[in-house]
Amino acid sequence: MAELVNVTIDGVTVAVPKGTLVVDAAKKIGNHIPVFCYHPKLKPVGMCRMCLVDIGTPKIDPATKQVVRDENGNPVIQFMPKLTTACTTPVSEGMVVRTATEQVRAAREDILEFLLTSHPLDCPICDKGGECPLQNLTLAHGPGVSRFDYDAKFHNEKHVPLGELIFLDRERCIQCSRCIRFQDEIADDHVLQFHDRGRGMEIITFSDPPFDSYFGGNTTDICPVGALTTADFRFKARPWELQSAQSICTHCAVGCNITLNTRLETRHGGFEIKRVMPRQNEWVNEIWICDKGRYVHHFTRSEDRLHLPLIRREGRLVESTWQQALQLVADTLRAADGEIVLMVGDRIPNEDAYLLGQLGRAIGARVSVSPNVPSHYADVARAFGVGKDADFKRLGRGDLVLAVNADVEEQAPVWFLRLRQAVVDRGAQLIIAHHRSTKLHRYASAIHRFEVGRAPEWVQQQAETLAQALQAARHALIVFGDEHLDGPRARALAQLLANLLLQSGHAGRSDSGLLPLYPHANTQGVCDVLSPHTALPPAARVVWAVGVGDPQELPPAGFYIIQEVLHTALVEQADVVLPSLTFAEREGTFTSGDRRVQRFYRALPAPGEAKPDWWIAQEVARRLGFEWRYNSPAEIFEALAKDVPAYAELSYAALSRVVEQWPPIGREDLYYGGTAYDNTGGIGARYAAEAETRALPPYDVTIPEPTIAGLKRGPRMLYRDGELIRRSALLRARMVSLQQVA
Amino acid sequence: MATFYGSRNKTMERHVLLRDIDVPNIREIDVYLANDGYAAWKKALTTMKPDDVISVVKDSGLRGRGGAGFPAGVKWSFIPKDVFPKYVVVNGDESEAGTFKDHQLIDCNPHQVIEGTLLACYAVQANTAYIYLRGEFYEPAQTLQKAIDEAYARGLIGKNVLGSGFDVDVYIHLGAGAYICGEETALLSSLEGQLGQPRLRPPFPAQQGLYAKPTVVNNVETLANVPPIVLHGAQWYRQFGTEKSPGTKIFCVSGCVNRPGNYELPLGQYTIRELIEMAGGALQGRAVKGVLPAGSSAPILPASALDTKLDYESLQAAGSILGSASFVILDESVDIVWAARKMVRFFKHESCGKCTPCREGTHWALQLYNKLLSGYGTLDDVNMIGEVAAQMSGKCFCLLGEFATSPMLSTLKHFRAEYEAFVRAHSGGLRNGYDDELIREHVIDPAGNLIAGAVGQKRH
Repeated sequence: MAELVNVTIDGVTVAVPKGTLVVDAAKKIGNHIPVFCYHPKLKPVGMCRMCLVDIGTPKIDPATKQVVRDENGNPVIQFMPKLTTACTTPVSEGMVVRTATEQVRAAREDILEFLLTSHPLDCPICDKGGECPLQNLTLAHGPGVSRFDYDAKFHNEKHVPLGELIFLDRERCIQCSRCIRFQDEIADDHVLQFHDRGRGMEIITFSDPPFDSYFGGNTTDICPVGALTTADFRFKARPWELQSAQSICTHCAVGCNITLNTRLETRHGGFEIKRVMPRQNEWVNEIWICDKGRYVHHFTRSEDRLHLPLIRREGRLVESTWQQALQLVADTLRAADGEIVLMVGDRIPNEDAYLLGQLGRAIGARVSVSPNVPSHYADVARAFGVGKDADFKRLGRGDLVLAVNADVEEQAPVWFLRLRQAVVDRGAQLIIAHHRSTKLHRYASAIHRFEVGRAPEWVQQQAETLAQALQAARHALIVFGDEHLDGPRARALAQLLANLLLQSGHAGRSDSGLLPLYPHANTQGVCDVLSPHTALPPAARVVWAVGVGDPQELPPAGFYIIQEVLHTALVEQADVVLPSLTFAEREGTFTSGDRRVQRFYRALPAPGEAKPDWWIAQEVARRLGFEWRYNSPAEIFEALAKDVPAYAELSYAALSRVVEQWPPIGREDLYYGGTAYDNTGGIGARYAAEAETRALPPYDVTIPEPTIAGLKRGPRMLYRDGELIRRSALLRARMVSLQQVA
Repeated sequence: MATFYGSRNKTMERHVLLRDIDVPNIREIDVYLANDGYAAWKKALTTMKPDDVISVVKDSGLRGRGGAGFPAGVKWSFIPKDVFPKYVVVNGDESEAGTFKDHQLIDCNPHQVIEGTLLACYAVQANTAYIYLRGEFYEPAQTLQKAIDEAYARGLIGKNVLGSGFDVDVYIHLGAGAYICGEETALLSSLEGQLGQPRLRPPFPAQQGLYAKPTVVNNVETLANVPPIVLHGAQWYRQFGTEKSPGTKIFCVSGCVNRPGNYELPLGQYTIRELIEMAGGALQGRAVKGVLPAGSSAPILPASALDTKLDYESLQAAGSILGSASFVILDESVDIVWAARKMVRFFKHESCGKCTPCREGTHWALQLYNKLLSGYGTLDDVNMIGEVAAQMSGKCFCLLGEFATSPMLSTLKHFRAEYEAFVRAHSGGLRNGYDDELIREHVIDPAGNLIAGAVGQKRH
């Protein structure tokens, strides 16, 4: 625990850790000092001068170096001759801060008046209007009337595309540099800068392509005015028209907490997602999300959505009722004599996957995951993953991050931010082994290379050296990916890395463990609740594929049941199509790559007659004679927790737990942290790794020979793999189509 | 080349700084060496420890000549001993309006500047010095580079200087023409290749300066004082000047005087009036209306303050600052509103834009002055100028913004009647003799109409 110092702010004394800035110390006791350029996640710069306060320190006698005291024994406080910025001044023992004096009040009014001289005041047409720090602070602290001549208003360009995704309104910009600093300090994409000086100073991008960053959308959240807006949300809705639903991003295994903002749209006859906003979870994504998570939501209202069940009649898929489709499915399954393959994709929530698994086993089906899903090492991750209470924030000096075959920024962008902070800001050591260069390579203290697809062999050869490096570290976090590895070889890699943890004594320790880069939101969860077969049978009578996306191949079968949200290529070969729901239209839980189980909530009504996967599974089961009566995912989770040992201690109540987070985000003081949302839906909970609960033996590893199929398994990139993003209006320019990759 | 300073402004028997006046061609290394050149450098390297150099400079009481007047030796003693590398950065950005002392030093007596730089390097044990010159100093930079090359050739700079084991390199860097880069932290940012904007303090440059390493930033003139101090000792130096402001100082005199130029004088010995007399008196015998003691940054002093002594304390007591001692003399023919607008326009143009009060305040103030000068101003606008300046004052990130208020506040304080007379005389947008200037600066168009955005009020 850091040393505490006492500071008195407007008569209230508070003890805060040494080094805390006055603005933060005041925030802790509910004294809201207004700021524009300061952001609790960024380094202070003191540019906007909005946070000027009166600061005094105990007078020190230069001769005795002792605090001078008055006749009552109280220290004599010496106030600075001028007002001081609260955002750049760290507290010191005995400091006295006055924020309510006439001088401070006048200073706030003065600065706001200055800011408004060049600000267009076009709030009625500004996307930020309604959640704008400048608007709010002007109402709270600003002058009632402008003395600045309106005709003399400074005019500038209002629609400057900084990139494909972000627009800049130069008039509205108040030159706080938050966007520049976010790109420099958090994303480490140095693509924005000030150009020119004085009143002519403006934001420019100098990268090619412009504003080239996967995290650029966050700048619109922390922009204290409407200067930066996303191409996606720009002029689409006013903030006060929006409904909010707390959710979890499904595009990778990080499990970023998000809030879906929806609005009633007549054209869809229902609500539509207008934008995706980050939701604070300091253990997962802090207050950031990547651009894919922010912009890829249009698929929920895609024209390709399946609205009704389809049945193949005379070679054509025709719309049917649920009654007919479910009966056909039940009859076909009953007649299949157990020669059934039930394949579940890894975007299916835990509850639905669990119920499907129960049904599959009850009817003797071979339950597996989609061939795209790296299920081969989920059990290794369950055993040797990061500890129950692991926290990225604690990684720092003395700790080691080992990244093997992992392209963290592409495959789990927000983890890239977390690891970068641990290494660059807090001094953790980073060792990287990969066959190519990744962005994380910038921070590595050691870089190793191996041949494409030779990660397991490399780890085996280097085992001694790596174990030594691990031993020297306090905590060891091992990130790995399965690029160019087939399932069995990826499993071998995971096992070898787990053995390293055992050898160095890090297995089962809280902040140490494996961090696998799964492709989707619930790969770990689906594998946890299904215990899938890893090998597919050569053929079956019936294949029932649930949310598997676009796998290259399905086992040959006489009858295909395809349960999907979109009209994928797979649907074309279906005999029965069952329309299901996306994450936005139902509730459930996902288990992230670091085994954090998190709830998401319903944001949209179902399109047409589409149903959640658990409902479909239950209806099929009842037609097969099982008396299942689950009314909601919550009830299923209860059953799941009883059945799956790892989830035994989890419940919806536990997952919905909310704790006070620092910094406070998304409350009424938007000026402080930006427009990211407060987390009231639960921070989730991680289940313990097996190694934490009992001693595990090392794996006996034999590395299988590489296969052509494995070697052809390219890097799974969020931004460069067209398959993963369907019908997204944005980001297209950043994506290379599958054909181009192949 | 560079002879326009001439030798006519001889104000001392033997100059300490402007030795080019006493010794012709001292810019040549042989001439410099023949006149005690690099003697202090040799003395320091052979007979003095680094701390000895610091203490002699401390004892001399030498105060920074860039404007702030902070004791140079004390500044050096702040440099931590155990952190390497360290840097000495010479501030030759000389951008204050009316300041041209460093220009003459670099151009006519460059070796003394180099020697001072080397002594500073030795004192704080820095192996690298960067001389940051303003972008317009293209020719002085060539002179200085030639001098540096000569010194390298004589083994006075480089590896193992004079067998002492001390390595030192000196580089010149030309800025890109920004006034703000004379502010030491903005200078360091600019030197690092970043945007020329001031940095937060703390950390101070002495702890984390150039490339986040301990750095001494000294003005050219400050360092030019160091060789004679080291050579002759602190007591010798203290024979000049006053107790609190020891030494000699170069006074740049410009404006409405007959002989503008640099005048080296002991601090505190003469008055402003005497300085103006040395400079040939006011033009055409007109009366002096006001004096800007440190270019546009200093509050203007009215004629009643002409008997103020020329040192840091006296000028402060008179309500202004000595700063870089660039005296701009305004005589009775100068229109104060016009002069104030010139200065405000300068600050508006040079504001870096980092902090709100300076960026917006200078912009607003200039618009008000434009309105006044083009003849549309009212008495309310005169009051407004004072309010905008007061609103900026005390809130800016660095001193540029604070300085920007002094032409407004001080002219209003001493010459308010002139403002009011100006408004009365020119009300209604009458042609008032400033048309060409206002057209050139895009305040009015050639037809005499106000240009939108340059002032608040359209012509009705």
